[in-house]
Amino acid sequence: MIMEDKFKTGSNLEKVLAAGKFAVTAELGPPKSADINVITRKVSYLKGFVDAVNITDNQTAIVRVSSIAAAKLALDMGIEPIIQMTCRDRNRLAIQADIIGAYLLGIKNCVCLTGDHQNFGNHPTARYVFDLDSIQLIQMLKNMRDEKIFECGEEIKNSKKAEIKEPRMFIGGAANPFGDPFEFRVIRLEKKINAGVDFIQTQCIYDMDRFEKWMEMVRQRGLHKRCKILAGITPLKSLGMARYMKDSVAGIIIPDYYLERLEAAEDKKQEGLKICIEQINRLKQIEGVSGIHIMAIEGEKTIPEIVESAGLIRN
Amino acid sequence: MIVAEQKPIEEIKKLIEEHKKILILGCGTCVTVCLAGGEKEVATLASILRLTTKIKTVENTIERQCDAEFFDTLKEEVKSCDAILSLACGIGVQMTAKLFPDKPVYPALNTKFMGTNDEAGEWTENCLACGDCKLGIFGGICPVTRCSKSLCNGPCGGSSEGKCELDPENVECGWQLIYDRLKALNKLDILLHNEPPRDWSKTHAGGPRKLSKEDISGLE
Repeated sequence: MIMEDKFKTGSNLEKVLAAGKFAVTAELGPPKSADINVITRKVSYLKGFVDAVNITDNQTAIVRVSSIAAAKLALDMGIEPIIQMTCRDRNRLAIQADIIGAYLLGIKNCVCLTGDHQNFGNHPTARYVFDLDSIQLIQMLKNMRDEKIFECGEEIKNSKKAEIKEPRMFIGGAANPFGDPFEFRVIRLEKKINAGVDFIQTQCIYDMDRFEKWMEMVRQRGLHKRCKILAGITPLKSLGMARYMKDSVAGIIIPDYYLERLEAAEDKKQEGLKICIEQINRLKQIEGVSGIHIMAIEGEKTIPEIVESAGLIRN
Repeated sequence: MIVAEQKPIEEIKKLIEEHKKILILGCGTCVTVCLAGGEKEVATLASILRLTTKIKTVENTIERQCDAEFFDTLKEEVKSCDAILSLACGIGVQMTAKLFPDKPVYPALNTKFMGTNDEAGEWTENCLACGDCKLGIFGGICPVTRCSKSLCNGPCGGSSEGKCELDPENVECGWQLIYDRLKALNKLDILLHNEPPRDWSKTHAGGPRKLSKEDISGLE
C-alpha cells in the first residue's frame, strides 16, 4: 500500500484528478421518504459513468434521507460517494462527529457548503445554525486530516495514551462565478484554497462568457494550480425550467440565446441535452478546468447519455 | 435603538380579557421614537380598548421601563388596577413584572430588533449584540447582522445585483455593502483574510449575559 501514501485520502476522485484525467462527477438527490428504491435506481443510472457522486445534504432546505446514510448505501452499491455537508443544520460538534462517522463508513470525499437558507425549504420556521461558514468548515476538515486536531485544538484520539486516529477527507467546496459582487467571487475561491480545499465544483454554468472571464481571473491568481476546478452543468429539461431558473433562482444567469434555441426546438429536452454537450466540449478546452460536475436535478437518468455524447466514457 | 411594533389588537384583547381595570403603561425612550409604545400610542390603544371592550383603562407613560428608578410615581395607579399592559420592549415588560410581583403584566408589543431609523417609517436591524464587535474589520457594516446567514467570510451564492435572495425586494446583501464600502476605502485586501470560527460563547449561546462594573456597582 505504499502507492496510497502519496495521496491525502486515496479516494477515487483524488486519484483521477491527481492523474490529470478530466473528471466527471454527478449529483444524486436522496429521496424525501424512506424509499430505498430511489437510491438504488439513481445509483444504477450513474454506476460506471462517473468518478464520484455528490449526495446532497437536505438540498434547498427540504428534508431528505441524510447524505451520509445515502452515501453509505451508494458505496455498498459500488459507486464512490462525495457527501455534502452544509453549515445550516449542524454546529461544529455535530459536523465533526458526522465526519468521523462517515469516514468509518468508508466515505472519503466531502463537499463543504454554507447551505441554502431554510426559508426556501419545507420547514421555513426552523432555526438555522451557521455556527461555521463554508470556509471555516473547509479549514476544520483540513485541520482534522492534516494537523489531526479537532476544531478546539485537541488531538483526535480516544484517550491520552491512545493512538491518533483522524478522519481523512478529500475536501471539496463550491464556487459561484455568477453571484455578486463578481470581483469578490475569485477572492472567495482563494480564501477557500487558503483554508485547504482540494477541489471546487461550480454553480451550474450557462453564461459561458462570464465563466471564461472568471476563469481568466482564476488563472491570473494561479488558483487553478492550487486546486482542481470542476465546472458545474445542469441540462435544461424544458423551456419552463429555463425561464424559472433565469427569473427565480438567485445566482444563476441564463443567456437569452439558450432560451431562444429551446423555444425554437421541437424536442426541448433533446435540445437541452445538445446545449449541455456543446457546453461540455467548450469547457474541456478551458485551461484550468479539470472536470465537470453534472447536476441533473431529478434527471440522473440522462447522465449516461451526456457522458457518452461528450466523449467522457470512464474506463 | 430598540425597534418594536404593536401586537394585533385581537391578541392584546385576548391577553387581558379576564381583567376589569388595567394600567396601560408606555415607555418614553426607544419605543416612543419608533412610534410603537409612547404616550400617543398609549392613548390610541386605550381608546380602542374602551370602545371595544368593557375594560376600564388608566394611562401613563414613564421615561424608561428598563430602569427601576422611573417607576416610583406609579405605585398608587398600579394599586388601583388589576393588571398592567406594558407598551415597552421585552426588557421594560420584564422590569415592570419584577417591580410589581403581585400584578399580572402583559406585553402589547412585539420587540423586533436593534436598528436604525432609515427614513420616515423605515427601520433596519443593525446589531445582534454578539458581544465581540468586528465592525472595525468589515468597514463599519456588520456581517453577523446584515448577512442573512451571519457569514463572516464573504457572500454566499445567493447575492445578486446587491440584493439577498431571501427577499430581493427589501433586503440588501450585507456583503455587497461591505464590499462596496471597503472598495471605496481602498481596503479590499482585508477580504482575503480568513475569519476564524466565531466565539459564540460571548453571545446568548453562552447563557444570559450580565455585566458588572466593579468601580460603580454598590455605590448607591
